[in-house]
Amino acid sequence: MTTIQRKKSNPIAHLTPEDIERIGIELDAIRDEVMGSRGEKDAAYIRRVIAWQRGLELGSRGVLLFSIFPPAWLVGTAGLSVAKILENMEIGHNILHGQWDWMRDPKIHSTKWEWDHASPAEQWKHSHNELHHTYTNVIGRDNDLGYGIMRVDEDQKWHPMHLGQPFYNFVNALLFEYGIAAYDLELGKNLKTRERRRDPKFRAALKAVRRKIGKQVLKDYIVHPALSGPSFLHTIAANATANVIRNLWSHSVIMCGHFPNGVETFEKTSIEGETRGEWYLRQMLGSANISGSPAMHLMTGNLSHQIEHHLFPDMPSNRYKEIAPKIQDLFQRYGLSYTSGPLPKQVASAWYKVFRLSLPNRGEAAVRRPVEKKAPAVSTRWRRAQPQAPASAHLGSAGLGTPTPVALSAE
Amino acid sequence: MAVIRNLRSGAWRVVELITTPVVPADYLDVIAPLRNAQVLRAKIDAVRPETENSVTLVLRPGRGWRTHRPGQYVRVGVDVDGVRLWRSYSVTSPPSRRDGRFTVTVNAVPDGVVSTHLVRRARRGMIVHLDVPAGEFLLCEPRPAKALFVTAGSGITPVMGMLRSALHELSDVVVVHSAGTREAVVFGDELRALAAAGRIRLIERHTRADGRLKPADLDELVPDLFERKTWACGPNDMLDDLETHWADAEAADRLSTERFRPTLINSGGGGTVTFTGSSTVVETDGSEPLLDSGEAAGVLMPSGCRMGICFSCVLPLREGAVRDLRDGRLTVAEPGDNIPVQTCISAAAGPCTIDA
Repeated sequence: MTTIQRKKSNPIAHLTPEDIERIGIELDAIRDEVMGSRGEKDAAYIRRVIAWQRGLELGSRGVLLFSIFPPAWLVGTAGLSVAKILENMEIGHNILHGQWDWMRDPKIHSTKWEWDHASPAEQWKHSHNELHHTYTNVIGRDNDLGYGIMRVDEDQKWHPMHLGQPFYNFVNALLFEYGIAAYDLELGKNLKTRERRRDPKFRAALKAVRRKIGKQVLKDYIVHPALSGPSFLHTIAANATANVIRNLWSHSVIMCGHFPNGVETFEKTSIEGETRGEWYLRQMLGSANISGSPAMHLMTGNLSHQIEHHLFPDMPSNRYKEIAPKIQDLFQRYGLSYTSGPLPKQVASAWYKVFRLSLPNRGEAAVRRPVEKKAPAVSTRWRRAQPQAPASAHLGSAGLGTPTPVALSAE
Repeated sequence: MAVIRNLRSGAWRVVELITTPVVPADYLDVIAPLRNAQVLRAKIDAVRPETENSVTLVLRPGRGWRTHRPGQYVRVGVDVDGVRLWRSYSVTSPPSRRDGRFTVTVNAVPDGVVSTHLVRRARRGMIVHLDVPAGEFLLCEPRPAKALFVTAGSGITPVMGMLRSALHELSDVVVVHSAGTREAVVFGDELRALAAAGRIRLIERHTRADGRLKPADLDELVPDLFERKTWACGPNDMLDDLETHWADAEAADRLSTERFRPTLINSGGGGTVTFTGSSTVVETDGSEPLLDSGEAAGVLMPSGCRMGICFSCVLPLREGAVRDLRDGRLTVAEPGDNIPVQTCISAAAGPCTIDA
């Protein structure tokens, strides 16, 4: 892909600034409807998933006490892999997004949760919730575009180092949780100069990661194996396998979110003074879904609804499914393409890009349009656009407490 | 002993490693929710209807509970439609119960989400969350020669707690209680039985027929009014009137009151925001996020996306009301609630206190 601002045919050229704000108003209405109807059923859902996950993990680890017997090894490893995937995806990722904060249960709260992962929740929330979700697919701002080790967009500068990126990506997939921990630490940047290496904030973060990894490693490779006595080595192998399976799975799901064909990227300058509607539009174009069964949605932590998730990162994940048809309808009415496909297809598409972009661009991929300078960035993305008369449904609450209407800035 | 202690703490550390990143208690909670000393809970052992609109809950508290003193209240956390909401209820049982259980009596107030939920849906076996008992509405030591209790509605609850625990230590007790009708008097039968037995002098006022009690009425009903040590609990305007009346008679030190304080919500938006950490106070009109108001006043606050999606700016709302600037939703915190709110999209909806 090429950033939307440099494409020969711009997929949003047909939208007027008013259209974009109208999209924002419609999305706000969809959000309000779901957020206003969160209740007992949703709370029961997340508690049920947590209870099942814990049961499955405990059961699998119990079976692995006898992992010296091959059937026990297989069953235990399979169960533990599923438990670890559920813990990271449907439970950890979503709780850390604040999707369940509304329940005011301190046990299931973004400020208190810690997950089965190398990266401490606090650091991951910063790089993921704040940087990736706010600056989604903006080249130079969203480091999820290639994680700083790969080139996944024509507009990222090619370097001979990128020739090896299919290999790095594979290694990263195997060790994904450690890759994320390193990424959240911004190791590349922070190890570069002596001054940065000595920065007390970086050192504290590094220490937190070391402690977290220490505990995780002790748990999976010392304590549980030791408990299984004669099955010691078998349990180590089982736990390592479960971790690798979880890593490969989450890496694949996450690659499907923003790398497949059809996903757009954006110039750094394009988000200056961005309105709420424009932000929504960027999320719509910058994400891709995975189609599949309810089991697929659960195992991907509903990141199969990546588009819905990026529009409303704090909406409880069990509700994405019900809004998906409305979002698709919105895409259609505004002439936008809703990128979605089955997992194998999307994974292949993402991998193809990793291979293709390991080589420099061939031919003229981009046009250099003068980028229109916008008003200096002010943080007003929280401000909702006011609906123009005649007011459509469910706008009564939209204006509450937001007295100033948004100035529609030109794209 | 030290060896055993070391062994125990070492063994516990291994157990913690088995369950990391969650704590062992998270697993134990599934089977024994009352055993967790870190999270105080109670099981509802019985639900007894009192009047048409009130029930008494018999609660079996878990580990970490501290016995109350008569007159104190306890904060109870209940999941209502998925959201954990906390309310204070006076303990109505004497502290001497041997089984360690205690009771609270809940009156369903109109629009009261929690009270209505408890009165209609509380069942035996349900788990609720608890805080340890608190409150300074207590009988004095030594006990007074003459006591007067002035209550209205559910204001009888802390007084019932006092009467049930200490009536045998009081010789001259007058209870003036107001309720809408005779049937609406909570603990009506028990109070009347005490009166019939000559243990208390009970003056019932049924406000739907006789109108509200005024302080001047008390002078007639209780001639030795200011010779008595008085405890009063009920609606705020009644307590305001009583306090003025006692102050006018220069007897303010003989009156104790207990208020069920409602949080002030400014429907027009805005209010005074107090940032506790930096002791900064800011006047706001309710149109800008707390984060902006705080930063403009020089308060150091965590921040992130500034559009309500990343939850980096979350800080506890100690007390007061805030409004979500996107959809207008209100969040109201009473003292002790500490509800985490997103400061980047929340504005004051009345006086509020933020922990920053």
